[in-house]
Formats: sequence, structure tokens, C-alpha cells
Amino acid sequence: MAYLFPSQEWVDAFRAALNKSEPYKVSAAKWEGDFYFVISPKGAIKEPVRFYMDLWHGECREAYIVEGDDDKKPEFEIEGTLAVFQQLFDHKLDPIRALVSRKLKLKGNLGKIMRSVKATLDLVNAAASVDTVYPEEA
Amino acid sequence: MWYFDCPEIIYGEDALSHLEQITGERAFIVTDPVLHQLGYTARIAKILQEAGFEVAHFSEVEPEPSLQTVRKGADILRTFQPDWIIGLGGGSSMDAAKAMWVLYERPDLQPDEISPMVELGVGKLAKLIAIPTTAGTGSEVTWATVLTDKSDGRKLALGSRETMPTIAIIDPAMTAKLPAQVTADTGLDALTHAVEGYVSTFHNDFTDGICLKAMQLVFSYLPHAYQHPDDMEAREHMANAATLAGLGFINSWASLAHAMGHAFGGFFKIPHGRSVSLFLPYTLEYMAQAPELTRFGDIAHALRLDVDDRDEIASAQAVVAAIRQLQQPLGQPQSVAAAGVDQARYESMIPQLCEFAEGDGTFISGVRIPERDDLIRLYQYAYDARTIDF
Repeated sequence: MAYLFPSQEWVDAFRAALNKSEPYKVSAAKWEGDFYFVISPKGAIKEPVRFYMDLWHGECREAYIVEGDDDKKPEFEIEGTLAVFQQLFDHKLDPIRALVSRKLKLKGNLGKIMRSVKATLDLVNAAASVDTVYPEEA
Repeated sequence: MWYFDCPEIIYGEDALSHLEQITGERAFIVTDPVLHQLGYTARIAKILQEAGFEVAHFSEVEPEPSLQTVRKGADILRTFQPDWIIGLGGGSSMDAAKAMWVLYERPDLQPDEISPMVELGVGKLAKLIAIPTTAGTGSEVTWATVLTDKSDGRKLALGSRETMPTIAIIDPAMTAKLPAQVTADTGLDALTHAVEGYVSTFHNDFTDGICLKAMQLVFSYLPHAYQHPDDMEAREHMANAATLAGLGFINSWASLAHAMGHAFGGFFKIPHGRSVSLFLPYTLEYMAQAPELTRFGDIAHALRLDVDDRDEIASAQAVVAAIRQLQQPLGQPQSVAAAGVDQARYESMIPQLCEFAEGDGTFISGVRIPERDDLIRLYQYAYDARTIDF
């Protein structure tokens, strides 16, 4: 079944895929930190869409699309356009290159992220494993 | 979309004289204590002073420079306020100079925050000249910076495209007195850059030729430079090879030998070039078993190895054998045991080595990205020179 990105159903499927990922369990075993992922407005995305993920010791403990106000203060925020997220999930853009070329913008402790390259890759691989469809531009 | 980053490169005999042509008021030389004592700082300072510069220096850069040293140098830079910073030395001094440059202009940052994702805005207060005195690191033409965190021994592969030196001056005379061991260590570093830059999944049309040429130069001239230190033709070609290899890998990417070598070298205090080149044959054997095309045939062809270069597996074996054959007379360890590392201590450290390698920016650019089990075995096999068979 294909899930629309971004949507709560897709976030649930991503969380399930991540929690089933043995490579991620190992590479993120010591990771502690939560995120907002922000899909910025462009093309089919008219307003910013945020989803929250709480990543803790190789597991996603909580994940949801943020509707309205949110009381979380995540350690990191990663923002990019729908096209950039799609390129990442389709393995057409490497996460490191997305960072180097600043197609993805990050707020938070950058040094901590840069020390977790394999975990980042495994996170993207889990997202890529979700059967995904994307909204078409109106 | 991608980028090809490159400083202005001045190369060849008497390239240092370019310093007479730069304009400014204050120049600050970043170097190590040995080069300083040998008069290298004075030699550069004299040229700059004759060109009208006020010159100061920081000569405390240690091998594998620390975050702490970089912070100290940056504090001095902020007092002196140069408009040119000169990174003079091997990779350590040039890398330290890049990081100090950032902290000079961005005192709000910590060294480990130097990242591609941060808009640094460097270049407003000063520009950076890199002058290598070794032939290997390629740091003069890269934006990569390797620093060590003394608190846990971890090597940090940092960088931002903004930290590319403004000018690189490749004067072979600067490498003329390089000791044989350093010639070998750094020369094999250049080879590792060239090979990994070529087989990386980020390889591209702009770097392929550069990497192959660098490999050819290393195979042709490193043994001469090692055995005949006064052979200036060999020195010049090795200096060029190192710079080409630097351009090659920074515009494609280094790969698994660097990730494993960074972790290993940081823990066991093995020089960078020796460390990464030690792991290169093992990681190439591992890559050679990837289902994708690995491009070893191209390398075998460029090096004129006696093998059918249409056969990727045979070509990979020939390339690995050629690298080991090159390493042997250069006194390079071909296993972790030969590097003098105690087996029990090494094995106890493997989980931490794996963790650090997986956190290295170069870890994910190979045609095979090992999961933890494979990475453990790679480290184990490298201890006693076992052929990678998985």
C-alpha cells in the first residue's frame, strides 16, 4: 500500500519501518535526540508541513504530523522542499550531499549529527523503504 | 547538481615567489614547531615582509591537531587581525589553519560545528593561502579538516566548502628535505585519495581523469622520492600528484579506508597516511565483491597492470597486489599487527573503532557500505593480513 507524503499515515509507516530496521538499531544505539522534519512550501506544498520524531537508542518512540501549536522543543529541525525529500527517498540524492549543498537546512547541534553518518543513512533507508506517493502540484 | 571546488593553484619551481604579488597589511603563519625550528616560517615571513607585510606566527600545531589547539590559535588571530592566513606545513598545519580561519571570523562557533550546513561567511576578514611541505594530504586544495578531540581521542572529519583555501602554492622545494618515512606515509595518503576518489559512488567526469593521473604519478615517482630524496623531478611530480589527488577526492569523496583509518589512527596514534593506506587494500577487496561495477578495470588499465581489464574481480586483485607491492619497499605496515598494535588491546577496541568509523563522513560513499558485522570482520582481518573473502 502506498502512503501519501507527507501525512500521518506515511509517518506511521516510516516509524514502523525504522523500528524494524536492524541496521538502524545498531548504528543509532547511542543516539538520543528528537526532530522536527519540515517540508517547506513549494510546488504542491502550499504551507509548511512539520512532523515530529523522537529518536532514542535506535528506536522511534513517537512520531506524528504537527497540527497547529506543538509543545515539543526538539533538539533538531531539518527543513527541505518536497522535491528534496523525494530525491532522498528515491536514492537520487545522498544525505551527505544534501547537507553539503544545503538543499537540507538543519537547526541544532551540527557536530552531533555529523558524528552519526551511518545512522543518518539508515534513517533515510528506512524512509525509502516506505511505499510512497507524492502530491501533485495543483 | 554538484560542485567542483578548487583554489587558485600556483605550482612548480619558485612558486613561492607568488607571495610577492599578494596585497595586504598583516599575514599570520600557522605551522608546527619542527618546521618553525627548521626555518620554514622565517623563509615565508621574509618574502612577506619584503612585500610590506607585518607578519606573526603560531607554531604550536601538533600532529593530528586538536580542537583545543585550534581554539588557542584562533584567539591569537583575533588579536593580530590578519588579512591573510598562511597554512604552512603538512595536513595538520593546513587543516588547523582552515579551522582557525573559521573561528577567527566566526567566534560564535565551536570547531566541531564547522559543517557544510552552516553558512560560515568566511573571507570577509581574511583569505587563506595553503603551502604544503609534504606531498600527500592534498589539504591545500580541499575544504576537509581533520581535527582530534583530546577528550575522547576521536578524529573529526569536518569541513565546509567555504573553507577551501583561496590560494594553494605548490613549490616542490618545500618538500625537498622531507624525511623518507614521511615521504612514504604522505605519498600513500595521496594514493589512497586518488583510488578512493575514483571508486567512490560520488565519482564524476571532472574528477576521474585527475584521480587516474594522480595514481600514475604516485606509482611512477613515490619509490624514487623515497629512495632518492634529492631527486627533484620525483619530488615535483609527487607534489603535483598529492594536489591532484586532493582535488580528486574532495570533489568526489573519500571512502571506507578513510573512515576505518581515521578511527584507527586516532586511537592508536598512527600517522594519517599510514593508517588509511593500511586499510586501503582490505576495503578495495571488500568493494570488489559489490554487485555494481567497481571500476577497477579502469585503474588496472591506467597503471598498465598485466591483467584483463574487462575482468573487474581480476583487475581488483591486480590493483590490490600492485598497492601492496608499492607499500612493501616503502617500509609500510600491511597489517595492523605490523603497525605494532597489541592484538588484545586492538580487539577490545574494535566496537569503538566501528562506532567511530560509522560516524565518519566518508563511511557511506563506497559501492558497499558495511553493516556492523562486516565492519568488525574488516577490522579483524586487517589485524593479521587476511584476504577479505566476504
